[in-house]
Amino acid sequence: MSNQTSRPAGSGRANMKRELPEHFRSYKHVWVFIEFEHGRIHPVSLELLGEGRKLADKLEVELAAVIAGSGHDALEEVAGTTFSYGADLAYIIDNPVLADYRNEPYTRVMTALVEKYQPEIMLLGATVLGRDLAGAVATTLKTGLTADCTELAIDGERSLAATRPTFGGSLLCTIHTLNYRPQMATVRPRVMAMPVAQEGRSGRIVEFTVDLKEEDIITKVLDFLPDTANEAAQLAFADIVVAGGIGLRTSENVQLVRDLANALGGDWGGSRPLVQKGWIPAERQIGQTGKTIRPRLYIAAGISGAIQHRVGVEGADLIVAINTDPQAPIFDFAHVGITADAITLLPALTNAFRQRLSVNRLAG
Amino acid sequence: MQIFVCIKQVPDSGQIRVHPVTNTIMRQGVPTIINPYDLFGLEQALRLRDRFGGEVTVMTMGPPMAVDSLRKALTYGADRAVLLTDRVFAGSDTLATSYALSNLILKAGETWGAPDIVFCGKQTIDGDTAQVGPGIARRLGLSQLTYVSGIDDMDLTDRQILVRRRGDHGVQVLRSQLPVMVTMMEGSNEIRRGTQADALRAARAEVVKWNAATVGIPDVSLCGLRGSPTVVKKVFAPTAREEKAEMVATTDQSPVAMADALINQIFTRQPALQDDLLRQAAGH
Repeated sequence: MSNQTSRPAGSGRANMKRELPEHFRSYKHVWVFIEFEHGRIHPVSLELLGEGRKLADKLEVELAAVIAGSGHDALEEVAGTTFSYGADLAYIIDNPVLADYRNEPYTRVMTALVEKYQPEIMLLGATVLGRDLAGAVATTLKTGLTADCTELAIDGERSLAATRPTFGGSLLCTIHTLNYRPQMATVRPRVMAMPVAQEGRSGRIVEFTVDLKEEDIITKVLDFLPDTANEAAQLAFADIVVAGGIGLRTSENVQLVRDLANALGGDWGGSRPLVQKGWIPAERQIGQTGKTIRPRLYIAAGISGAIQHRVGVEGADLIVAINTDPQAPIFDFAHVGITADAITLLPALTNAFRQRLSVNRLAG
Repeated sequence: MQIFVCIKQVPDSGQIRVHPVTNTIMRQGVPTIINPYDLFGLEQALRLRDRFGGEVTVMTMGPPMAVDSLRKALTYGADRAVLLTDRVFAGSDTLATSYALSNLILKAGETWGAPDIVFCGKQTIDGDTAQVGPGIARRLGLSQLTYVSGIDDMDLTDRQILVRRRGDHGVQVLRSQLPVMVTMMEGSNEIRRGTQADALRAARAEVVKWNAATVGIPDVSLCGLRGSPTVVKKVFAPTAREEKAEMVATTDQSPVAMADALINQIFTRQPALQDDLLRQAAGH
């Protein structure tokens, strides 16, 4: 993608139709690479199973989970979970070399698996691991890869239409991989909705063995230093989020955002410019290049609503926007808006919420 | 040692504007910068050169004007700069870009010595894909070390490198074997202020300019638009939601009155949320 940004819309091959080469026509089914987090399935992998299920149904093919790691019983248990989240089958690759993630063995396994079972679509989480792996696998297979998709669909010609922000998050573009298979895409955590597990749903397991020996792998993991619990990590999962933008005018006013979040028992964050100004830490950034959130209530105070912010908050049930500019783009996707100065309205909201909630406590 | 640093000239993202009517990017007068993520690799490269000796070569593929970014990199202290520019590269996606750059690296390696380390930016600020570095690593058979937060040690005799890598849930301490492709995490260092001597040298230095033929690209059909498996079918601004935001307006413009009206609206739309908040408050 790096240089496609300089290509005008609708030019070049965009309107050309080419037949899929014969040797790719046998490529069928949708795959999701299953990633682990603290020994459990990473939520993004479950979100992708939900999305992959829709694509597979549209294409009338199967959805497969790809589970690589070490320890057969554990991997089989993971397979069971993927079935309840929509997978029809699971490929299990069990090898001690795969215990810790490293690019080289994982790339080798994924490449070999694709060559043998030939999926038409492969989805991975746009995590550090997913990005490291997807770029290497796509290059080895010489196929197309679209990063950080915000929407996935199937068009009339069974082609994956992958939509992502472009131009630094100021526009969206839809990308196709026309003549190559598999079509690969990554999606950031929380961008897609978490599907509901269906207990009792089952599937089949396909074991895949590759000849992997530790002595053949160049890079060695000497140590792993796990992160200590980080409160900002919960932001993506908060029920209520309050965020501030450049409309706060000074770094001190970030406190007004924190106060309101506190009053509501929620979490807080800010838009990209606040991180660039050093007013808030990067882990509090909400948007395409920061955290994607899906709260029940999102209050955006003094945020204009650039696309790069929009794609990070669109999954919220209720978006409330406070901005002095009635023309601000945030009012194009907020559900409720008010033309007001965040600096004076935020403290008033904090007080009003506190009063309403405490009155009830006395009454109850 | 030989260190290559791949950089990209990108529009200064803070300056990009979208035309309100046509929804096209307004490029006129947008200043360009070196992709900020690339500077962490460049600084790390310069530090390694200062410690172990050798040369730092910066390189890019881009239009002729990308020479400005290369010259800027020379002012920071890079020893040499190479521009790969040719119309055949126009419209490259990440796969075609990594093909061109890996051939550029091979040619530079033949000319000045094969690289021990190739640095790439973690990602660019315009494409944000993080795919070109891994692509180069695969094509050249370099060990891939992405999201590196620090290089702790290197031994040129037994060709080992010890790095810390920022994973999703912690830091991996990895030992690998040169040659490697490294992308550095942001904040892992800060680009130095170039010396006056470097600035003077950069102003006079000749940037090496190569094209597809001089680099000896084996298969030009793998370059540019033709060599790109991904196709951009459309670029668009997101549409406003069909239902516009309901604007809360009060006759009394005091913050207290506005806050009250806004909260009423929130709880009308999300009664369950109100119940839960009240329950939560009562429980405290």
